[in-house]
Amino acid sequence: MRTVVAILVSGLSRIGLWGRGVVVAVPYLWLLLFFMVPFLIVFGISFSESIIAQPPYSSLVEWLRDEDAGTSKLQILLNISNYFRLGGDDLYILAYLNSLRIAAVTTLMCLAIGYPMAYAIAKADPARRGPLMMLVILPFWTSFLIRIYAWIGILKGNGVISNLLEWVGITSGPVEILYSDWAVYIGMTYCYLPFMVLPLYSTLEKMDPSLLEAAADLGSRPLKSFLSITLPLSLPGIVAGSLLVFIPAVGEFVTPELLGGPDTLMIGRVLWNEFFANRDWPVASAVAIALLLVLVIPIMIFQHVQGKQAEAGR
Amino acid sequence: MAGQPIRKPTRLEPWQDAGQTPYVRIEKVTKTFGDFVAVDEVSLSIYRNEFFALLGGSGSGKTTLLRMLAGFEQPTEGRIYIDGVDMAGIPPYERPVNMMFQSYALFPHMTVEQNVAFGLKQDGVAKAEIRDRVAEMLGMVQLSAFGRRRPHQLSGGQRQRVALARSLVKRPKLLLLDEPLGALDKKLRERTQFELVNIQEKLGVTFIVVTHDQEEAMTMSSRIAVMNHGVIAQVGTPTEIYEYPHSRFVAEFIGSINMFDGRVVSTEGDQVLVASEEAGCELLIAHATPAPAGSPVSVAIRPEKIALSKEPVAGGGDGRNQTTGIVREIAYLGDVSIYLVQLPTGKTVRVTAPNVTRRTEMPITWEDEVTLTWRPFAGVVLTQ
Amino acid sequence: MKRRIGFLSWALLFGYAFLYVPIALLVVFSFNESRLVTVWSGFSTKWYAELLHNDALLSAAGLSFQVAAVSATLSVLLGTCAGLALTRFGRFRGRTLFGGMITAPLVMPEVITGLSLLLLFVAMEQWLGWPDGRGVTTITIAHTTFTMSYVAVVIQSRLAGMDGSLEEAAMDLGARPAKVFFVITLPLIAPALVAGWLLAFTLSLDDVVVASFVSGPGSTTLPMVIFSSVKFGISPQINALATLMVLVVATGIFIASIVMARQDRQRKRDEQMAIQNG
Ligand SMILES: Nc1ncnc2c1ncn2[C@@H]1O[C@H](COP(=O)(O)OP(=O)(O)OP(=O)(O)O)[C@@H](O)[C@H]1O
Ligand SMILES: [Mg+2]
Repeated sequence: MRTVVAILVSGLSRIGLWGRGVVVAVPYLWLLLFFMVPFLIVFGISFSESIIAQPPYSSLVEWLRDEDAGTSKLQILLNISNYFRLGGDDLYILAYLNSLRIAAVTTLMCLAIGYPMAYAIAKADPARRGPLMMLVILPFWTSFLIRIYAWIGILKGNGVISNLLEWVGITSGPVEILYSDWAVYIGMTYCYLPFMVLPLYSTLEKMDPSLLEAAADLGSRPLKSFLSITLPLSLPGIVAGSLLVFIPAVGEFVTPELLGGPDTLMIGRVLWNEFFANRDWPVASAVAIALLLVLVIPIMIFQHVQGKQAEAGR
Repeated sequence: MAGQPIRKPTRLEPWQDAGQTPYVRIEKVTKTFGDFVAVDEVSLSIYRNEFFALLGGSGSGKTTLLRMLAGFEQPTEGRIYIDGVDMAGIPPYERPVNMMFQSYALFPHMTVEQNVAFGLKQDGVAKAEIRDRVAEMLGMVQLSAFGRRRPHQLSGGQRQRVALARSLVKRPKLLLLDEPLGALDKKLRERTQFELVNIQEKLGVTFIVVTHDQEEAMTMSSRIAVMNHGVIAQVGTPTEIYEYPHSRFVAEFIGSINMFDGRVVSTEGDQVLVASEEAGCELLIAHATPAPAGSPVSVAIRPEKIALSKEPVAGGGDGRNQTTGIVREIAYLGDVSIYLVQLPTGKTVRVTAPNVTRRTEMPITWEDEVTLTWRPFAGVVLTQ
Repeated sequence: MKRRIGFLSWALLFGYAFLYVPIALLVVFSFNESRLVTVWSGFSTKWYAELLHNDALLSAAGLSFQVAAVSATLSVLLGTCAGLALTRFGRFRGRTLFGGMITAPLVMPEVITGLSLLLLFVAMEQWLGWPDGRGVTTITIAHTTFTMSYVAVVIQSRLAGMDGSLEEAAMDLGARPAKVFFVITLPLIAPALVAGWLLAFTLSLDDVVVASFVSGPGSTTLPMVIFSSVKFGISPQINALATLMVLVVATGIFIASIVMARQDRQRKRDEQMAIQNG
């Protein structure tokens, strides 16, 4: 083993600068091929027509050969009807608006629960911060699906909450929270909470406690200090956490599928159905492109924030 | 100025000898980061066995210059020759140079021995020889008992010595040290200064040391280059830099100094007579560079070169180099006291005088009127 | 002042309850006799026995572990390269695009990733004849693609936090760049590599959406099995499975924290020693 490593190392040493190129090129090409190119294909297919074939979409580019003239020409058919369908059908528009609303509510709920948690942990004794943070991340290591599943048993009629309410005497008879928007909010908040707490905690923890002491020394009351110092300084964390929750939440599929009702329309579900149930790949692609267009600005903000953080870490 | 030179005055001054070839030659080296010029057309010649100090304020480009010598940065313009070889394009691992980092940069996952042995291993030195040389080096820095420790099990001073051992074990001809003593407390620092100079003399290595501690530079080095905004303001021996600064910047950067603005009255040989309203008298300076009459100059006089007395000095040479003032402030430092004397012109002059008597018996006290005198050799004429 | 601290403690308590009560209930009801997971009717381990005879689920689990292990390993290789390129290579052509492609998958909705990769595989099959159909290979590629971003970010932050002069010192002492990487950089970022691998492994084991798009007949992953059985209602077998997963994770964390606590104590002792010798 040792000699193998030694040979490997000396071999690689000789590669020198060439090796540097490889180090960049391999992940770069991987991402170009498996991340960038697929988007272009999705974009292309969103302009094709659904046909019954394998694969089920028409080709955009065709060589037409005119036998009489002996010439051939390249024909590109761009079919924008998919996009008209998205714009013209209330179902899609509703699904978009719904997705944005549900993602926004989820983000706010994560913020409402996550901020005090992150703040309390950042204020805690340094020796206890690690374990407390660990406890926040821990559920993330258990399966996401299982965590959603846990809520089914809690929220359904005759479920834990229903039984509890009945037992206390607030309600008589089963209460069904499952298959509603509220179930989706709760489930998504539950799943995305760690993504909010992590960046919040890392900005709050870095904050110099003497700032608050200085503010108090200058006569600011605790609440005022919080609003005028802590909150503004933790803004990068709030932005990063919110985007980390909001962007994937807009396209969320599993939670609304399992916890939402049939009328909990979300764009991820629509896309899934177009693809799997209707086998209409071009429309599914158009839905994806439209979803990306909605998310492009938040994603760019996220990248900016992320880039700045990477710079600062240096 | 405190600090006596540690080294004996060297009779060899290779930079005075035109026949000597410099070991390191830096020719018009410029380094820019974007639009920012960090090092600006620096030229320097450094000779074998020198202990050369780069002194300057924060951000003056000292580290950048050192990193170009080590090969971590490439000069934007200009050339660097080490032992006559052009260093352009030669990577750090092929240069006959080693560097001691400001942060020490000890490898945390290796023991002290492994850290010191690292460089030798890269050269494929035989195992037995590595063992001997590492042991010898650790003995020299008095860390023989600590070979099996990891860096985090050492104190700051010990780490610093490991870093030194690691950079010296390859017997480089040129050692670069970036603020080697920056992290040490005053006592340890003074002791280490001696150690460094001893090691340097013993091994015959050329040292280039970055520091912004002027006392350190004065006591340890054979020559000092003072840097300011990427430019070398002056190069010279510690004495030259202290006694004959070429510019206001250097004069003010090293130690403390009194500046009197004035105009040249006359020049006779190397004696210059300057009239200064600020000083309230005429100043005669011996051994000055001649300047045309009427040109504006500054005269710099070190505080310890001014004598204070309560009585007017009898026959005080026709009012030259002599003025009067009122003592406004006295700072007692133990061995010396600093007096701030206000002249009738409003100018405050700083004077240091040794405390030859006890404090309580000192003749001069607050608000006394005193006479200040100094000799023609005390002042320096600065034209910039 | 006192009131505010009180509020924070309550908020923390509420947060942890919110995170852990559902999991605790899941575990409790996995030992329930009745098929109705919410009504307690007696202790039983029969669902565990049933789980162990569920061949479809077990083979899906095997497949998932295989995909997760391979894709996590690939992710660590690619992510380390990417992290190095972003922190150590300064500016190079296309760096902005590269940085963008690294961070975008962190937030990209899974449906988009899944759909776009599937369309790529279909197009590639059409043009190149590869991959021949969809299955383990395509799932592995897809998982590698979206998990490598996480790994790259973890490694990037570790590299950024590492003192760069360590690598320069090694080079100054005569080590060539590749040697510096293997002898200095790699040992120092090893914890990040392990963390990255575990993260990628978990993400892969957790994914249902992307896998649903890019899997083919005969390559059903564990999350896909769980998803379809959950969709058709509650099943105590899933509770049992969940409990096993929680057990594995909890054991792992427990061991890790003991090891870390021990290292911490050792480190404190060392520091003490250094001060005494100072
Ligand atoms: N990689 C870099 N990119 C941009 N600017 C740089 C870089 N390295 C140094 N500089 C700038 O060059 C100038 C000189 O830096 P340098 O580190 O050489 O200063 P220094 O004299 O060593 O200062 P100090 O005494 O504080 O260590 C500084 O203004 C610094 O900001
Ligand atoms: Mg510096």
